[in-house]
Amino acid sequence: MSTTVRDTTDTPQVRGRAAIVGVADAASPTGDLELHGRALEAAMVREALDDAGLDISDVDAVFGAGDAMGLPEFLGVHPRWVDGTMTGGSSFEVHVQHAATAIALGLCDVAVSVYAATPHSDRRRGRANDFGGGRGGNFAAMTWELPYGMRMPIGAYALAASRHMAEFGTTSEQLAQIAVSTREWATRNPRARFQDPLTVDEVLASNMVCSPLHKLDCCLQTDGAGAFVMTSAARARDLRRPPAYVLGVGTCTDHSMISQMPDLTTTATAVSGPIAFEMAGIDHDDVDLLMLYDSFTITTLLLLEDLGFCKKGEGGSFVEDGKLGPGGALPTNTNGGGLSYTHPGMYGMFLLVEAVRQLRGDAGARQVPGCEVAVASGSGGVLSAMSTCVLGSSV
Amino acid sequence: MTPASPPGRFEPRVAEEAEVFWSATERRELVLPWCTSCGKPFWYPRPVCPRCLRPDVEWRPASGRGAVYAVSVMHRPAHPGMAARVPYAVALVDLEEGVRMLTNVVDVDVDEVRVGMEVQVTWEPMSDGRNLPVFAPAST
Repeated sequence: MSTTVRDTTDTPQVRGRAAIVGVADAASPTGDLELHGRALEAAMVREALDDAGLDISDVDAVFGAGDAMGLPEFLGVHPRWVDGTMTGGSSFEVHVQHAATAIALGLCDVAVSVYAATPHSDRRRGRANDFGGGRGGNFAAMTWELPYGMRMPIGAYALAASRHMAEFGTTSEQLAQIAVSTREWATRNPRARFQDPLTVDEVLASNMVCSPLHKLDCCLQTDGAGAFVMTSAARARDLRRPPAYVLGVGTCTDHSMISQMPDLTTTATAVSGPIAFEMAGIDHDDVDLLMLYDSFTITTLLLLEDLGFCKKGEGGSFVEDGKLGPGGALPTNTNGGGLSYTHPGMYGMFLLVEAVRQLRGDAGARQVPGCEVAVASGSGGVLSAMSTCVLGSSV
Repeated sequence: MTPASPPGRFEPRVAEEAEVFWSATERRELVLPWCTSCGKPFWYPRPVCPRCLRPDVEWRPASGRGAVYAVSVMHRPAHPGMAARVPYAVALVDLEEGVRMLTNVVDVDVDEVRVGMEVQVTWEPMSDGRNLPVFAPAST
């Protein structure tokens, strides 16, 4: 924990002032969803509001990753807080940070954030992938990266894995164990894309895509959608379901292109995590559940280190005993993760939805007993935009 | 309209802030932007220094020597133009001057490319007279 002392006399509190009160997500073992586009977003918003016991007419803040005008229009909401922050996969953790702050300051009352993407079924429909922004999004990357043929985003993560292995002796077997532990959780999720148990040998035998990452070190590409609803802690107590209070939030972004990442073995989660933990007033022993972005196995390993659950460089040996899986000391990615549950492109929404379900005791066969504090830590871009949320079942 | 790139590498257009860089590549010279206020080079080319935001940019020759910081071998191409090259090595190279570039390591078995390997710049011709800087193992 950071020991930085700040004068917070005049700082409005964010801790415990807002809560996630409604969640919804959609995914399927086939990888396909029936709905797509705005219809899917609307279904998620409606379902999350129903979960909370709220109506669309209660919503006065709308969050969408990249769209601050079209989405409110479609939902028929005239929000007084609009937010189109798009930081890739971590967008929804950033939305929690922004919504909690706005709610704590009284600038809005009921916020909804929604995400839907259907890359799996879009191929069948002949539609372009909703996610990714193509190669036109970043002119600098087009000039200084695209000529070299790095597959995106996996190539950038593979470079990070290469550096971690060279610097710390991390092995492919250790990375594979992360995929294996995550799959163990997925065997308990009937909506997961992959539900058959997996072995380290199977991961290592899967095709090498970008060395040192194999196919089974990589997240899925499926349809998926989700939404969450937030309101003030005061209002949350009167709603349908137990609130998941926002205890701490932190965000940091340190590059866009991988060549600009200061150190490929340390992500900006080393900044966002301590901010969130300090705000929440928690230590590592307080955490019952980790929801860590797993775009690739290396992502999860870096987040474990950067959040301080083990020392820098020791992530490989830390995960080796299977402690991330069911019955392990540190339950992580209990929905089966981006590796085995679903990954439509910007997976951060699903980290939050699962964290809330676990805090409520709603996670069924994969429920972590006595889950009171959950950490959801998102990663966007190529380990670029990192955001950490600490959620708790009580303030 | 720029003519379509021939099959092969993607060829970027020349941004104003990188004109000096690309002209130098026509002579197979690697140059880097330096901030005269900070006294340090930076990568990639920008109209202002990313440390102090001053527009005091001066181009200076680079040694072309560096070391591999990280490497990944692409076993599938990033786009069809790269298909004939598979497998190829994408690497981050730390130049002696203190900047890090994304590039390819060529003229070597891809499985031989290691973190820490010393490399030097070499050039691949582009369709318009420019050359693309890539790196090869340094000759001892």
